[in-house]
Amino acid sequence: MAADAAAGEEAAAGGTPEAESPAAQATATTEAPAPVDERRQPWLEALQAELGEALVGHEIAGGDVWVRVDSSAWRRAVVACRDRLGCDYFCFLSGLDWKADVDLAAEKVWDPEAQPSAPAAGANGGYRTGVAGGDTRFQVFARLFSTSAKVGITLKADLDEEDPRVESIVSLYRGAEWHEREAWEMLGFTFDGHPGLRHIYLPGEFEGHPLRKDFPLLSRDVKPWPGLVDVEAMPGEPEGGGDAEGADAEGAGAEGGEG
Amino acid sequence: MAVVTEFQKAAYVAGQAADARVNVEIEAEGMTLNIGPQHPATHGTLRIVVRLDGEQVVWAEPVCGYMHRGYEKLTEVRTYPQVTTLVNRIDWLGSFANEVPFILAAEKLMDVEAPPRAQWIRTALFELGRLANITLFLGDMGVQLGALTPVFYAFRDREHVLNLIEAATGGRFHPNYDRIGGLKEDLPKGWVTEVKSAMSRIRTFCDEMEDLLVGNEIFETRTRGIGLVPAAVGLEYGLSGANIRASGVDWDIRRDEDSPLAWKHCDWKVWTHPDGDCFARYWVRLQEVREATKIVEQLLDGLPSGPIQAKVPRIIKVPAGEAWVHTDNPLGEMGYYVVSKGGLGPFRTKIRTPSFSNISILPWLLRGVYVPDVITILASLYFILGDIDR
Repeated sequence: MAADAAAGEEAAAGGTPEAESPAAQATATTEAPAPVDERRQPWLEALQAELGEALVGHEIAGGDVWVRVDSSAWRRAVVACRDRLGCDYFCFLSGLDWKADVDLAAEKVWDPEAQPSAPAAGANGGYRTGVAGGDTRFQVFARLFSTSAKVGITLKADLDEEDPRVESIVSLYRGAEWHEREAWEMLGFTFDGHPGLRHIYLPGEFEGHPLRKDFPLLSRDVKPWPGLVDVEAMPGEPEGGGDAEGADAEGAGAEGGEG
Repeated sequence: MAVVTEFQKAAYVAGQAADARVNVEIEAEGMTLNIGPQHPATHGTLRIVVRLDGEQVVWAEPVCGYMHRGYEKLTEVRTYPQVTTLVNRIDWLGSFANEVPFILAAEKLMDVEAPPRAQWIRTALFELGRLANITLFLGDMGVQLGALTPVFYAFRDREHVLNLIEAATGGRFHPNYDRIGGLKEDLPKGWVTEVKSAMSRIRTFCDEMEDLLVGNEIFETRTRGIGLVPAAVGLEYGLSGANIRASGVDWDIRRDEDSPLAWKHCDWKVWTHPDGDCFARYWVRLQEVREATKIVEQLLDGLPSGPIQAKVPRIIKVPAGEAWVHTDNPLGEMGYYVVSKGGLGPFRTKIRTPSFSNISILPWLLRGVYVPDVITILASLYFILGDIDR
């Protein structure tokens, strides 16, 4: 698997101190002596030439390429992918909420002490960022694919926390219309120039944005995850034993300590 | 001689205007027809609002969300092994195929690889899921067009496939058999021989469908040239799988991408059709089923021995990172964008389902078609509601 070297790198990047800026992280990982991805490196170079300063982070890892652009250049980046790189297939568009320090049912289900994702006051406001980085709470990401080159690319852009807003790409890929409506209702992103942002899944009077991390999953608040009830330690099984039975224990052991 | 008063003149003008308004309403606005939320053509609860001018659709808008279960949010409060139970229910006709890309994404982040035997069995069951899913389509397409027989044939022969899936996994529809690093258990005794006989039954079924439908004059008249999707438009809307191969795009993730699964060890063909109409979509899927039976047979002939589970910790924690894994599922390109922060469960999972993108083309595709063709087009695009609404 080609992912081996890259995944190791990724783990290394995750382990670096939070004080390091995400851009520096990205460069550090790309400069590591990893085999150059011959199909994706030219793509990255073409985008760097096209976008210049607006390209704030990038990474090629595990047979995939990520590019993070400034939110003002979001549409320009998509145009570049479509016209310069020949991405004819629109895969999806969605968003991320990096907010981690929320005390909600979602966090209560697991043991918070055991979780590395427990509130970490890092340099970037507590947001642990993933591939190609992220500075703000919200991130919009889309995936495009070229059916002739058989290569795909993930584009990302950081959005403002107060007013997550980005230009619509419906006029570039018609399929983005539904995906942007979904991101609008689920995460509260606004897409300027979208022909009609309205609910797609939820009823019209629905309030809130369910995929934001501060949106409570009410059923979990009322009643703990029922899977907790029948959790028992496997009799006589050493911790960390990796046989087939142990592997499907569904993370039971970790929840066993939960009161 | 009648004297026309000013009042009468005004009344006449007003009357003419009212008539004109009525005409405008009838001719230009037409009738709004609600198809669904429950309709035999929709495999679930999808509502389509169409505005008609006579028999022709001038405007159409699918309304989804009747079955939205919020799986993307729910994955955030589950551990990785628990997520397979959820994603089983996305495309419930080919459920095993939903588990595989998610597990592969988790394995990619953990840098774990399942042993070869597990990968081969995964691939075989993946293709059995495809058979269970698409055989139903092949019969169902007939029933949408008024031919009742094919659907009975389809249910009859799909049962053989479901029995095999049940024998191996314990579940007919929701196997929940894939594990991080391998599989739940090994195959039962005698399974391989059973599969071989079922595969030849499925091929016979394909021949029957070819006799019953493909060569049928009524079927051809109702599907040829209906619901044309040009390749460029289809790709822009994100159509994938057989839907886009029926528009002449030679793209199959199973063949084109380097995956740990075992397709690369088999000899098979990706079929495309240049027409892009409803007939092409049916024909491509028919060939896809035939190829899938060949893949399953080859996999079971060359099934390697060995363990079915790699060494993984008892408590599965996935290192921080992001991974995107997609596969060519029965309905099209299905993928999971998994974001991990090193916890027991995903931090965020974006589930890219094929049907959501496949039906987003409907407002464009249904414009100008006749009402009976709406049903043909819906049937030929072939979606599962759980796959749209997740």
